[in-house]
Amino acid sequence: MPLTEKKHKELTEICKDLRKTILKMVNAQASGHPGGSMSACEIAAVLYFAVMNYDPKNPEKPDRDRLVVSKGHATPLVYSILAKAGYFKGDDLLTFRQLGSPYQGHTDRLRVPGVETSTGSLGQGSTFAVGAALGSRLNKFKNRIYLLQSDGELQEGSSWEAIMSAGHYHLGNLTAIVDRNRIQLDGWTEETMALEPIGKKYEAFNWHVQEVDGHNLNEIYDAILKTQEIGQKENKPCVIIAHTIKGKGVSFMEDQVKWHGVAPNDEELAKALKELV
Amino acid sequence: MGATVVESKEMIATRVAYGKALAELGKENPNVVVLDADLCGSTQTKFFAKEFPDRFFNMGIAEQNMIGVAAGLSTCGKIPFASSFAMFAAGRAWEFVRNAVCHNKFNVKICATHAGLTVGEDGASHQIIEDLAIMRVIPGMTVIVPADATEAKLATFEIAKFVGPVYMRLGRSNVPVLFDEKDYKFEIGKAQVIKPGIDVSIFACGVMVSRALWAQELLQKEGISAEIINVSTIKPLDKETILASVRKTGCAVTCEEHNVIAGLGDAIAGILSEELPSPLKKIGVMDTFGQSGKGDELLIHYGLSKEKIAEAAKEVIKKTKG
Repeated sequence: MPLTEKKHKELTEICKDLRKTILKMVNAQASGHPGGSMSACEIAAVLYFAVMNYDPKNPEKPDRDRLVVSKGHATPLVYSILAKAGYFKGDDLLTFRQLGSPYQGHTDRLRVPGVETSTGSLGQGSTFAVGAALGSRLNKFKNRIYLLQSDGELQEGSSWEAIMSAGHYHLGNLTAIVDRNRIQLDGWTEETMALEPIGKKYEAFNWHVQEVDGHNLNEIYDAILKTQEIGQKENKPCVIIAHTIKGKGVSFMEDQVKWHGVAPNDEELAKALKELV
Repeated sequence: MGATVVESKEMIATRVAYGKALAELGKENPNVVVLDADLCGSTQTKFFAKEFPDRFFNMGIAEQNMIGVAAGLSTCGKIPFASSFAMFAAGRAWEFVRNAVCHNKFNVKICATHAGLTVGEDGASHQIIEDLAIMRVIPGMTVIVPADATEAKLATFEIAKFVGPVYMRLGRSNVPVLFDEKDYKFEIGKAQVIKPGIDVSIFACGVMVSRALWAQELLQKEGISAEIINVSTIKPLDKETILASVRKTGCAVTCEEHNVIAGLGDAIAGILSEELPSPLKKIGVMDTFGQSGKGDELLIHYGLSKEKIAEAAKEVIKKTKG
């Protein structure tokens, strides 16, 4: 079931806004991670504006749907979407990474409402998500735990400890989405430390696996709905491998290793913003 | 704060007292959940596992994940107790303890057994003598070392009531029962004078509390009055009780089944050098790895004995009183 035309248009606009805010945020302090924030905009937009049940006025509502962002360096995306979702006003987002700002370089749940857990140390959010899924099941909640993983962090052994345990405990209430942008800090993932075949690895740990174009809103949406169905029916954790482009949306940033952790200067920002109208 | 030492020949390992207390705690608090890493027969979480299989999660031999999963569970109104050998719960999973638990201020209890030399025959790979150091340096972490079975039991109940991350260090070997549950009160952050004295303050934790008491008897025979203080909370340290004792005696000996670097001794030395510079001698493992052997033999071999404590006491008294 695809998104309605209206919803699709709304999400497309949201993604454009997110990318603009991301770029402005990292430009402001000349610091941050734009590439992996821009690759996951569509995934986050579908989750927050078409799928998840949450109440920004009550961020700790026990049976909320939860997004655990294990790629904790994608803070420009996290803060800009939480602001859009109404957790806070966000008129101070450009203080990102400044001394005293709530918007820390890597997520800090004690400073920003809506952040499920402080991440940044890769391979850790996944373990937290397994605990949140186990706890929600113990509480007999009907909610769902969504987990956004980077591809690079699958090189951490702890990611696989978490994946193994989710399969073992039949966590049908867990949906992981891998932002498969193929680039990590030092270069292409397959040259740095090959990850493929990723899908088969999850399958071997008893997960249900789907692959989508991570910039296609309808594909993401359908795949997520399918995980809700499969999870309940087969009592299996589900993963969606979302094929994405690092730096998506700005021609000179796409697929460039450089933009993993480098901020555009003023001139580059102006050029980028022009492309995002 | 004071407490009385009981005359008892009973020997119980602190891990056993913990395991039994945990099963009792499970009855009175439905939010308590327990995680283990394939060692529930050793850490004694097996009692809880048997009583409450739905609230027990064996995470397999994967301690990092165990700690992260405990963090996640704590956000669902649960009080997770995560157990493994201290080497792995504190050592292997350290960065998860720091980032996934403490940086988030999550309500996770890490109850780590088989700490120190008295693991015995398993040898150096399992004899962690660094856990107090690496746990106490994490901001917001509470660190507890029960001296005997009674204290281990009471501490298990107390840390469940306390909100925030806790590391509790437990031992494998049987240790003398020192306290009677009926009149012993355990309070997080409180050190207890268990034998009053005037010539030297002997601060000890864990298995070394019984050794300190034996040393006190040796010293008494020579007319020396040692004050024995059980410092079962390493962090936050009970500054008041420590300073009050040293103000009276003028000198201190610290005893721990841990590296002399960055454990109880250094914590107390830090307080004294800032507030009340006094002669101090540390008894502990002298920055070396252990080896296989029986627990009691190892303590003596590495100088963690009543004789060495008594010698150290006389040394600091001499420095103080000339």
